This record gives sequence, C-alpha cells and structure tokens, in this order.
Amino acid sequence: MDYSVLQQCMHCGLCLPTCPTYDETKLERNSPRGRISLMRAIADGEMELTKAFGEEMYYCLGCLACTTACPAGVNYAELFEVARADIETKGVLSAHKRDLVRWLTVKFLLTRPRLLRGVGRLLYFYQAIGLQSLVRKLRLPALLPRSLRELEPLTPTVKRHFSDALIREVETPTPSRYRVGLLTGCIQDLAYSDLNRDTADVLLAHDCEVFTPRLQSCCGSLHAHNGEVELAREMARRNILAVEKSAGSLEKLDAIISNAGGCGSHLKNYAHLLHDDPVFAARAVLWSQKLKDIHEWLAQIGIRRPAAAACAARVTYHESCHLCHGQKITRQPRELLRAIPGLELVELAESNWCCGSAGIYNITQPEMSKKLLDRKLGHIQKTGASVVASANPGCSLQLQTGLREAHRSVRVAHPISLLAEAFRQAKRAE
Amino acid sequence: MNELIALLGTERVLTAPEDLIPYSFDGTAALKQRPRCVVFAKTAEEVAAVLKFASGQGVPVVTRGSGTGLSGGSLPVAGGIVLCLAKMDQVLKLDEKNLTVLVETGVITQKIAELADTVGLLYPPDPGSMKISTIGGNVAENSGGLRGLKYGVTRDYVMGLEVVLADGRILWLGSQCVKDVAGYSIKDVFIGSEGTLGVITKVLLKLVPKPRTKKTLLATFSRMDAAAETVSAIIADKIIPCTLEFLDKITIKCVEDFAHIGLPLDAEALLLMETDGHPAVVEEEARRMEAIARQHGADSVTVAQTAEEATRLATARRSAFSALARVAPTTILEDATVPRSELAKMIRFTQEVAVRHQLRIATFGHMGDGNLHPTFLTDERNAPEMARVEHAMQEIFDYAVKLGGTITGEHGVGLAKKKFLPGAIGEASIGLMRQLKKSLDPQGLLNPGKIFDP
Ligand SMILES: Cc1cc2nc3c(=O)[nH]c(=O)nc-3n(C[C@H](O)[C@H](O)[C@H](O)COP(=O)(O)OP(=O)(O)OC[C@H]3O[C@@H](n4cnc5c(N)ncnc54)[C@H](O)[C@@H]3O)c2cc1C
Ligand code: SF4
Ligand code: SF4
Repeated sequence: MDYSVLQQCMHCGLCLPTCPTYDETKLERNSPRGRISLMRAIADGEMELTKAFGEEMYYCLGCLACTTACPAGVNYAELFEVARADIETKGVLSAHKRDLVRWLTVKFLLTRPRLLRGVGRLLYFYQAIGLQSLVRKLRLPALLPRSLRELEPLTPTVKRHFSDALIREVETPTPSRYRVGLLTGCIQDLAYSDLNRDTADVLLAHDCEVFTPRLQSCCGSLHAHNGEVELAREMARRNILAVEKSAGSLEKLDAIISNAGGCGSHLKNYAHLLHDDPVFAARAVLWSQKLKDIHEWLAQIGIRRPAAAACAARVTYHESCHLCHGQKITRQPRELLRAIPGLELVELAESNWCCGSAGIYNITQPEMSKKLLDRKLGHIQKTGASVVASANPGCSLQLQTGLREAHRSVRVAHPISLLAEAFRQAKRAE
Repeated sequence: MNELIALLGTERVLTAPEDLIPYSFDGTAALKQRPRCVVFAKTAEEVAAVLKFASGQGVPVVTRGSGTGLSGGSLPVAGGIVLCLAKMDQVLKLDEKNLTVLVETGVITQKIAELADTVGLLYPPDPGSMKISTIGGNVAENSGGLRGLKYGVTRDYVMGLEVVLADGRILWLGSQCVKDVAGYSIKDVFIGSEGTLGVITKVLLKLVPKPRTKKTLLATFSRMDAAAETVSAIIADKIIPCTLEFLDKITIKCVEDFAHIGLPLDAEALLLMETDGHPAVVEEEARRMEAIARQHGADSVTVAQTAEEATRLATARRSAFSALARVAPTTILEDATVPRSELAKMIRFTQEVAVRHQLRIATFGHMGDGNLHPTFLTDERNAPEMARVEHAMQEIFDYAVKLGGTITGEHGVGLAKKKFLPGAIGEASIGLMRQLKKSLDPQGLLNPGKIFDP
C-alpha cells in the first residue's frame, strides 16, 4: 500500500455523509475514513489483512463519491484498487461460489472479446425466441446453481447487431474537421450497440471523422476494480494497439472517445496503469491525454443544437458515479440535454448518488445494491419524468431492471441517444 | 461485555479490531488510541444505563459524535468505552411559533440548518465541518463558524438541554423562555465541557428569521496592515458584517492553484466581506464597506453583482482549507485567537515564527472576531520538523495570550492543547474546573484526561 496516499487522509470525516454504505449503517468501518484507517493499520503492521477487511473492501461500492467530497484530495480510487488486488493475492475471501462467478465474468468472458460476442449471440437467440420469458415463467432458473441463478435476472437484453455490424471502421463526414477514435465497450456492445451507432452519428454531425477498431476488448475496469491488475494491463495494451491499428497512430487522432462513464474513468487512467511498461508507457501517456468522454469532447468543440424538432419529453439525469466522481464531468451532459429542442430537464434529487450497479456489485452484494436502487427509483418517480438519461451501461441495466420489476414505464436512455434522435428527427423534417 | 450486549444488542456493541480501529482517532493529526469497545445508544435511558454500568465497573467513557474534533476530544481512552451518539439522530420538534427546534444530539448540524431554511428561518452557527459534525459535538465544543461576528457561536443558540450525569441521572436544564433567571444557569456549564461533565442527549435550539438578502465583496491588499485597518474601520463605522474573512499570502497562492479564481498572486492579504439583512441596508452597507476598503489602500475591490458571482468570490474562502490540505501530507489547523485590534501583529508574528523555524504556516481565519487559523503544512513522519512545529506552536500561543487572546477560539482544549492551558488561564481557574468535575463525576470516568489532568 502506498503510504503517502494513505497519509494524505487527515481523518476529517467530510467524506462520510456522501458515502452510501456509511449512510446506510452509520458505522465508521463502512465509511471511506474507516476503510482508509484499516488500510493504514495494515500498512503500519498493526493488523493483518483479514477476511473481515476483505469483506469490507467488497462492501465498498467503489463509487468514488468520497473523492468528490474529500478536501485533501485523497486518491481513494487507487487505494481501492490496490486493496482489492492485495485481497485477491492473499486469497482471504476464497470460496467456491465467489470464485466461480469471478472466474466466469471477470477472468474468462471479459478477456475474450470473440467468445463474449459468441455468448452474446446465444443470449440474443435465447431472448429473441422468447425462451428467456418462458424460462422465467417456468421458474427454471431455480434449477441453476445459486451463483448462476442470481446472475440470470441481470443478464442484459442483447441487441441483434453488435457495433462492428452497425459502424464501419472509418466513417468520414464532409466537412471533416476532427479525427477521433471511438471505443465501443464490451457489455455495452452487446446490450447497447445502437448507442455506439448513435455516438458515431453525433460525432459525424459535429464534423468528426470516426475510427472504430473492430472486435474491441473490454477496457479492463472490471479487472482493475476486482483485484486483477495484470489482466487490466493486458486489456489496456490490447486497446491501445487496436486504436493504433485503426487510425494509423495515436498522434493522428484529436481525441479517443468513450461513451460509458465507468469505462472512461478507467480508460483515462491507462497512463498510470502502464507507467512502468517498457513498451507502452509513453503511448499510454498519449492515450490518456487524448481520451475524452463524449460529453466532454462535444462541450469542448461546441455542442450543435439540432434544428427545432419536437421532443416534448420531461427528462431527468442520473449521474454515473465514474462520470461525475471519477471524471468530474457534471455540467456537460446537462448542457447537452438542454441543447435538445423541446426537452425539459428536471433535476433528480441525489442525482450523483450510486444506483447500486457499481460494476458487478449488484451480483456480489445484492442486498445493499437493492437498497440503493430503490432509493434511486423513488427519486426518479418524484421527478415525474418519462425518460431517465444515464451515461453508463451498468447504470442503465440496473435502472432498467429496477423499473421493469416495479412495472414502471419510464424509458432509460443515454443523453447521446436522445441527441442523435433529435438530429435524425431534424433531418427527416428537412 | 455481555452486560452491554444484553443492554443494547450485539449490533450496537463493537469489539472486533476491524470495527475498533476506525474509532481510534478523531479529526486531530497524529493522535491514536484503540478503545476496548464502541457502543451506540439510541435514547437517554440507554445512555444512563451505559453510564451506570461504567460506574459500576470503573471503566472510562468517551462520548463521540462524528469524530471531527480538532483537539482530540473524542479520542478514546485506553481500555475505555466509546459511547457513540451518531444513531441518536431524530429531530423531535420544529416550533415555528417560538422559533425553536428540539433535536437529539446525534443530528448532523447541516440537517438542522436545512430544516430551518425550509420554513424561512436560520440556524446561524456554521462550522466548516457542519456537513458531518453532530449538534452534540457542536454544543460540547461550543463551536463557532464564519458568522460569529454578527451572530455569535453555538452557545448563543442553546436554550435548553437534556444531560445524563455520570451516575445515570437524566436532567433537563434551561427552558423555552428567552428570559429565564430561575437559579444558576447550569446548562451553560455543559456547553463547551467537551464530554467531561455529562452526556448531552437533547438540545433545544433558538432559530432566527432568515435575512432577506446578502451582498458579497472581495478586496485584495498589498500590505497586511491595510487589511487589518480596513477591518477596524468597518467596525468603527458601526457596520456588523456577517462575514469578514481573511486569507494570507500563502493561502491565496494555494487557493488560486487549486480553484483558479483569478486571485492576484502578489497580494499580501485578501478579505471576503458579506453583509446580510434588509435589502436597503445591505445595499448601503456594501457601498460603505467598498469605500472604506479603497480608502485604506485596497488594490482591488470586487462587488458581486449576481448570486453566481457571489458564490465564486466566496469560493476563495470556502476552498481555503481544501487547498491547504492538499499541499502537504499533514495539515495541522490551529485556532489562536486575539482581540481584533491585535490581528495584524498576530499574523505578522506567525509569519516570523514560520521563517525562524523553517516551517510552512499559512494563516486564514475569521478576521471579524479575531479567530485565526494558523495552519501548519508539514509531515508527521518528519520527526525533526514536528519538533519545530511544537516549538512554533508554543510561541504562537504564548504570543496570543500576551496580546490578551486565547489558545483556542473554537476547537476546544481536549488533549492537543492541554499543556498550553495553564499558561492561558492559570492554575487557579483549572483548580476550580477540577472541583466542578469532581462534584459531577466523582469517579472521574467521563472523558478523563481531557482539558486538564485529573
Ligand atoms: C474540516 C473541519 C472543519 C472544522 N471547522 C470548524 C469550525 O469552523 N468551527 C468549529 O468550531 N469547529 C470546527 N471543526 C471542529 C469540529 O468539527 C467541531 O468541534 C465539532 O463540533 C465536532 O463535532 P463532532 O460531532 O464531530 O464531535 P466529536 O469530535 O465526536 O466530539 C467532540 C467533543 O465533544 C464531545 N461530545 C460529542 N458529543 C457529545 C454529547 N452529545 N454530549 C457530551 N459530549 C459530547 C466529545 O467527547 C468530544 O470531547 C472543524 C473540523 C474539521 C475536521
Ligand atoms: S467509493 Fe463509495 S462506497 Fe466506497 S468508500 Fe467511497 S463513497 Fe463509500
Ligand atoms: S474527506 Fe478525505 S481526508 Fe477527510 S476523512 Fe475522508 S478521505 Fe480522509
């Protein structure tokens, strides 16, 4: 554990009221300050790295709300990743069920882009021919081992076409003022490939030539957040290579675009992740400099208002933790939504409070995850909005699951999709 | 332990090391002590039962709110119980007719402020930690805030309180009446008692009407004295601003690096001034403050024209602590306080001390009420430097006392300032405090060793 990062915490407690787990239990050990004190006790040799510590660090959402509140600039993101990696190295949490879920998701599927899409294909057919609803009606999941059964309701509804089929590797608008790389994600590519198409459309409408590498890998954030740093580094190298291959070199690009809050936050961190890699260190620095969240990039080059067209929806905005706390991007998505003619933006209470999705937290800690989801759904209901905008696939899946189970007909959409629709509508009106 | 568990249930009695380590410090730098256990009470009766148990066993009890104290007040005592009131957090009654609110002491200060705001009232004490500090901690430390000059401190808003004594007696002290001289004002003894005399379980707080409007000004100076003279002249002109805050050169630089507000980096001093109240009065006072600042040599005076601009100007002061806390591994925030007329001397002395001991000390604070925050930017792992910090602190406190000031304006004595107390108030006063403590807590079990040695 890096002592200087730990010591930066002056135990002032200002992070406590923004921490969802502390808010729930009012116990210091469930707070950022408490967790840091435990890490420090381990670093100081006052305590062993125990199972209880391991459980504590997996009870933490990794939402990074504490980093927004912290006056001392404590780098909790790094502490969190290092602590989870140490926990995995020590193996204090080893248990069959946990190992199976982790192996299946983090280590196996998410490191194999081709296989992941293969599974996605199967899932698509499973859902498309109505098998999923049949299986659910017959309560067949009850026959699965518990660990897999808990995953079933969370499996995303898979799209028929993935990004590679929807977006050509190079798309060039006229005029073309900027050149950007587009990252399409892994789960996002299965569940929200249409959003990737929307992102490309919006970029084209802003005069950006778009390079989209084929068969992209996971960004590695789930690996880094779940203690698998080596795998995370491998994912990072693959992504850098893929973008270089598509665009010629990183230098040729004005920006590399991510449209998923959680991925973007991690993607921006490649410079740090690969800082001691002899081959990739310098390229990773360049990568991190060019990496931009889509909202951030559009705000930077100037958001274009679609020509007046009707979009008479009341929309509220849920902030993805890693967009607002991880990347400190809060203003730009709202500006973007306000740029859509006819759209009424209503603020969501506790908009920057975690929805409980948090990577695979909804699988590992279903109880706390559910509490946070209910809290979020309550606030959404109060806004009276018919659309909730969210810029992270994990959040969108979590909100959709929650809304579906509560039988509420609120649509979940990415701000970029709403903007893309407005552009399309404007075009049709022409 | 079993008795405590029988009393409160397993969930409210913590004993595992992973549970105790997070309670072994408060907001004070470099103090650490693991307790024997941490217990959570939810009612005055439970507090009484815990205290009776502790008296029976002869175990010390340290009351704790949110543990944000800056003098080690809620630092556990070895082998003792930490009695945490964070779960005793109900607002009991908001009385709009009498302008009061009755709360349990685990309620977060900010929550009280927000509640008052919803009905057009104001709870003025606004310590920098109010987002998480408990009102119990505020009362026990008699906390101040940015509005002290005009509105006073926590004590000025406590009308009554419920307290549990060491022997388990539960008493109500004070009343709802603005005027009340029935007997000694014993409630005042408990305000600022730092958990050494009893456990406060409820407080009745006074609220005031919310001022209709506010105006914010920011002035910069190339001479310290010009800033100090401006403050004196404003007060001599019979204006009582609600905010009169000061930043020194180092603080200005750190704030600018952090928040990019556009502050001049060559300024020696910066004043943030606010006046609130009736719109006509506010307008007129703001004009006079601007004129006074210019007459006394301000290099620039900015008057906020919009609410957004006011917020931007106020950021200069509000982010001072964050900006400083980032630049060094250890930040020690002190609160030496002097009569207003001596402010310039005190600040200059602090700067001299910093140079002499080769330390980085940034000073900011509440210029209106003489409460300064000399802030040591240091590293607790650097033993020689920490020794110099100790010396510097001693000199700063000695000098503050010499100027007719005090060693702590709002953070309390606790453990961190215990050794400076005799020099500040004299042995006779401490003797009287000891006598008082003995009569209320004969076994010496409530937060022993804080403020003074038994
Ligand atoms: C970033 C920061 C900014 C701050 N700014 C200010 C400021 O502007 N002004 C200011 O005055 N202080 C300030 N403080 C200091 C601190 O926040 C206050 O002293 C606050 O009142 C402590 O509240 P707490 O709930 O954290 O109490 P704790 O730290 O838990 O306890 C403080 C003391 O009160 C006692 N106590 C707590 N609750 C009770 C109770 N119910 N009955 C009896 N005794 C009790 C404890 O035993 C201890 O001695 C600041 C601290 C930080 C970290
Ligand atoms: S990351 Fe989120 S859950 Fe974890 S300590 Fe920070 S605020 Fe709490
Ligand atoms: S806000 Fe930052 S410095 Fe304060 S306790 Fe939390 S992590 Fe530590």
